[in-house]
Amino acid sequence: MYDFSKITGAIHNWLSSIMPDLGVIITEWVLIGVVFLAFFALLGLILVYAERRIAGFFQFRLGPNRVGPFGMFQTVADTVKLLLKELVGTKEADSFLYNLAPYFLIIAALMSMAVIPYGFNLVAYDVNIGLFFMMAVSSIGVIGILLAGWSSNNKYSMIGAIRSSAIIISYELSLGLSSVLAMVLLAGTLNMNEIVMSQQAGWWLFRGHIPAIIAFIVFIITGTAETNRVPFDLTEAESELGAGFHAEYSGIKFAFFFLAEFVNMFIISAIAVTVFLGGWLPIHIPFWDGFNGIMDYIPGPIWFMIKTSIVIFILMWFRWTFPRLRIDQVLTLEWKYLLPISLVNLILMAFVVMMGWVF
Amino acid sequence: MGAQIMFYILATVIVVFSFLAVTSRKVMRATVYLLFVLLATAGLYFIIDYNFMAGIQLIVYAGGIVALIVFAVMLTEKIGDKIESPSNMQMILAGLISIAGAGVTISVLLGHDFKQSTQNIGQNVATIGENLLNYGKDGYVLPFEVVSILLLASMIAAIVVAKRKFEN
Repeated sequence: MYDFSKITGAIHNWLSSIMPDLGVIITEWVLIGVVFLAFFALLGLILVYAERRIAGFFQFRLGPNRVGPFGMFQTVADTVKLLLKELVGTKEADSFLYNLAPYFLIIAALMSMAVIPYGFNLVAYDVNIGLFFMMAVSSIGVIGILLAGWSSNNKYSMIGAIRSSAIIISYELSLGLSSVLAMVLLAGTLNMNEIVMSQQAGWWLFRGHIPAIIAFIVFIITGTAETNRVPFDLTEAESELGAGFHAEYSGIKFAFFFLAEFVNMFIISAIAVTVFLGGWLPIHIPFWDGFNGIMDYIPGPIWFMIKTSIVIFILMWFRWTFPRLRIDQVLTLEWKYLLPISLVNLILMAFVVMMGWVF
Repeated sequence: MGAQIMFYILATVIVVFSFLAVTSRKVMRATVYLLFVLLATAGLYFIIDYNFMAGIQLIVYAGGIVALIVFAVMLTEKIGDKIESPSNMQMILAGLISIAGAGVTISVLLGHDFKQSTQNIGQNVATIGENLLNYGKDGYVLPFEVVSILLLASMIAAIVVAKRKFEN
């Protein structure tokens, strides 16, 4: 295991040797902020490119292929275009709230990213309520969506915002009950790092067998709904609403919403990987000691990124497979099927943990 | 040191936005200012390492109550317009009452001799859960059950109210 606290500790010691305590604190705040913003933007670029290439793959076409090798710089070019575009707003809108709304989504996404463990001791904010903190912070994003829809002074934006917040508020229940509670019962802790460390003997998805697999399926469905992706993308159904709650945003403000949506997909995948798939721990197969030894040489962050990419690929696969649902179908699915299933699953999980039927 | 800087930043945010929340004449903006106050309060809990309370503050107040207020405000008329400013008499009376209230609070706070708590406040989620179900000394099982019954009653009431409207 590569211990990243050695690197971060070395940076801390070096900073303490050249400046006073206050300077060290402020420099570290700025450093972590810059690192996370850079990671955030890079993630957006890569995910948009991946989405377009995968869309092409599923539809038997190439996708972006002109700018750079394999069209890799297409999203960079798109970003430059978005940055240079004129910012157009609506005349009668409440401009303060209109400009403020994108930041709610961005800040909620950034704060969630802070508690994800990317490697051994590689986490920005190691808090004892990690998973609960993520659920709490992501609930702030809803207010951004509502404000964006309302302050645009456009009925299509308003309908999109109401649909989006209705979906997010109702699916949050199943997300919390299935993933957080059921898996926390297994792991016995809310700390993200400790959840990963508790999976050294095997991933919870396999060790928790039936209830864990039910929880994983419910988590993936509700996670797709939380990020407003197909088949739950009726919030921005192009054919009826234009673009939903961000219809009136242009240029860089639109890019904020777009970026937050893709980063939220990464966050959902990161939670799935951390809670169900062993986080940054390498793949181990029982009794294959040589194979396990080789796997141990690959650093944790690489494992984390590989596993997260696989879950992201599954979410993108959904997008090109399922047709869009109606709002009543979406809410029926949550309240009549997923919520009862996850409640029963929670009781089942408690029973399994009580009887010690965990591998 | 870092905690002190953050405390002063958060305290300024709380004071400024509390003031703006009650003086703003646009309802939706007042709601957003209130949200900032609640978020900054959660930040204060994070500073004293009471993370569970901070999480509850975020999920219940910032995520739940404010979203509910936003929905409620959207149902009212003329949300975009400025509310008429109250008459001078009302403003003077309200100002006097506010000053009196602030005076009482500040005098009590300054007069009280605060002692540093030596008790374990139970930062751990497991300790909080055990305390909630503890029926021995210092246990909270009675209030926990009373609140559960209240919640159940309100849930049943919500279903009954929703059902009756549906039949009409």
